[in-house]
Amino acid sequence: MSFLQQDVPLSWYLILSAILFSLGVIGFLIKRNLITVFMSIELMLNAVNLSFVTFARQWNEVRGQIFVFFVMMVAAAEAAVGLAIIIAVFRARSTLAVDRINLMKL
Amino acid sequence: MNASSAFPIQLGLWLIPLLPFAGFLLNGILGCRLPRWMVTVIGLLAPLGSLLIVFNATLVAASHPGITVCKGCAYQVPSYLPNVENLGHWLAVGSLHIDFSLVFDQLSLVMLLVVTGVGFLIHVYSVGYMHSDPGYARFFSYLNLFLFFMTTLVLAGNILLMFVGWEGVGLASYLLIAFWFEKPTAAAAGKKAFVVNRIGDFGFLIAIFLILAQFGTLTFSEIAAKLAANPTFTGGVLTVICLCLLFGAAGKSAQLPLYVWLPDAMEGPTPVSALIHAATMVTAGVYMIARTHFLFDRSPAALSTVAIVGAATAIFAATIGLVQNDIKRVLAYSTISQLGYMFLACGVAAYSAAIFHLVTHAFFKALLFLCAGSVIHALGGEQDMRKMGGLRTKIPITFWTMTIAVFTIAGFPPLAAFFSKDSILYAAFLQGSGGIVLWFVGLFTALLTALYMFRLWYMTFFGESRTPDAHPHESPWSMRAPLIILALLSICGGWIGIERFAAFLAPSTGALPWAAAANPRLEIALVAFAVACAIVGWRIAHVFYLRKPERAAQLAASVPLGYDLLANKFYIDELYNSVIVKPLFVVSRYILGWVVDAAILGGLAWLLAGIANLSGMVLQRWQSGNLRSYAAWLAAAAAAVLLFVLLAGSSHGWSLTLFHPEPILKLSRISIAHLGQASH
Repeated sequence: MSFLQQDVPLSWYLILSAILFSLGVIGFLIKRNLITVFMSIELMLNAVNLSFVTFARQWNEVRGQIFVFFVMMVAAAEAAVGLAIIIAVFRARSTLAVDRINLMKL
Repeated sequence: MNASSAFPIQLGLWLIPLLPFAGFLLNGILGCRLPRWMVTVIGLLAPLGSLLIVFNATLVAASHPGITVCKGCAYQVPSYLPNVENLGHWLAVGSLHIDFSLVFDQLSLVMLLVVTGVGFLIHVYSVGYMHSDPGYARFFSYLNLFLFFMTTLVLAGNILLMFVGWEGVGLASYLLIAFWFEKPTAAAAGKKAFVVNRIGDFGFLIAIFLILAQFGTLTFSEIAAKLAANPTFTGGVLTVICLCLLFGAAGKSAQLPLYVWLPDAMEGPTPVSALIHAATMVTAGVYMIARTHFLFDRSPAALSTVAIVGAATAIFAATIGLVQNDIKRVLAYSTISQLGYMFLACGVAAYSAAIFHLVTHAFFKALLFLCAGSVIHALGGEQDMRKMGGLRTKIPITFWTMTIAVFTIAGFPPLAAFFSKDSILYAAFLQGSGGIVLWFVGLFTALLTALYMFRLWYMTFFGESRTPDAHPHESPWSMRAPLIILALLSICGGWIGIERFAAFLAPSTGALPWAAAANPRLEIALVAFAVACAIVGWRIAHVFYLRKPERAAQLAASVPLGYDLLANKFYIDELYNSVIVKPLFVVSRYILGWVVDAAILGGLAWLLAGIANLSGMVLQRWQSGNLRSYAAWLAAAAAAVLLFVLLAGSSHGWSLTLFHPEPILKLSRISIAHLGQASH
């Protein structure tokens, strides 16, 4: 089963994945709100998931799908821990601006 | 040579150096915590044990059936000597093998008896002499360390092991000269001795390298065998080797031009002066020449250099000794002068005469130093002879033993030095026309020796006491007993006679040059000359320093130039200071210190530090602590890597574009295959 028989070419998936990943990176770098930064990370993870699924479908490989499950599981755990930390930070500092959470800075 | 293998007699030679070493470790590490009597016991048992082993070995040697060594002489030597004890391999580099081999032959037997015997007596003496010194345990540990290295030097079967002992005694000498290191002069004297000895050791080292290059072995017996197999090999490189060895020996044995450290070495405690700087260590140079005599025998030029150095040193030091006022310095110059006699004997190939004089000298010079120590002890540390006098009745045992020593060194029959000194003069006289000059120098030195020794005797023990407030007291028995034993040895030490002694030593040092054609009538005539010289020296001293003490001062005033020259030791120290030491200081301080060290090396260090500092100042801006800036750098770097792969890939011919996915697919297929392999 080759990608030529599909309606949507492989490269489109990959380009979408790259665009999503770049959006995640840019969001991570320029947004100041901690929750937005966190969501950007999720976006990057999902962009990678998309390319995993694409290749898995392309090559009839189930391992790519399994990898995606792992990533989703880690992302869920990360969301649980990360949100807890964000709430703790907000309670302590009354702010979610990344630039002001700099107590550990040299 | 190979007789030893037929008679595997265990003598325990390895214990001879090791016992003092054990003493050194015990006293050196635990000495300050042990009670004083235990330090004494350890310090004395170590040399006593070595002495007993040497005695045992000597008895074994004496009880063994003898063989006749030289044709025509009646004397026999034990047939199993040399006894070689191989303790194991030390070095194996290419074809060169060096063992820890100890050789017990006639020469090392004699030397060991002197080193451990006189060494033990001086240890006993030190118990009394150093009894109130705070560094008592340290002193005994150093003395034991010295005995360890000295016996190693004597027993060594190859030059490298001898060199270990050679350097070791230098170290022990340094430690003991600078024993009272709080005193700046003592510290400086120790440093001087060490540096001057290093200069001599340089010559010794060069000689070792040359021997290695020439013979491919450093074992004495193998070198001798190779030389014996090649009877036409003379001069040339052998002369160079021998001159380098002579330079080393001159450093250790305080000969011209390296004698300057020995008078200063008198800053050490008197037992040290007696043991190291009179009886044993300074004779190591003579021992080394006798040990390597097969090399010197092949080089007449080197031999005559040895003789000239010896004769020049003998008369040179004796003249300086005439006008010194410090009792120990007189004895130091006397030691240098007597060592000159030994070198003279080596230089005329009469090695056994040199060793004979070495033995008798060890007895009477150790006695002289110990007596001087007893005098200094009695006067509470006074060393200036001008402040002594009239001690004859106050310290009678010291006086009588000193008298024996003085008459011995002056060469009166039948005391020990009479026999040894006259055998040297006789050997020199037989060396042809040049030998007669050497003989005359030796004879004149004998006169000077008698003169300065009787001067010391009269100034110390006769006349009026020049220290009215001092209360001299006789030394304790631990000091008096060694004096008496050494006095007996000084009397009897020469009675064995040079003929018998030389015949005994012949297998190690070769026969005496006149062994074949002795001339008793000539010998007696020469002896008469020598004794006459001794008596003249005595009478001159008697007139100048007892009957008319003002005459000496008048004489000194009448030739102020000559007296100044002697009193200032020919200005040799000043000469060395201005010609060698000062330029070295200038080079060190200004060229090496300022230009090389401060400017070049220091500048380089500053430059490196500056570069590190500057780059740190720039790079620290990166370490902002801001997480997002780190992430930005990470992303930028990842983008850069991706860009590089794209560009480099296109230049290498495999296009990596997103719209022609074949290469990507290929890559991912490969990576998935890898994953599959890894998971299996």
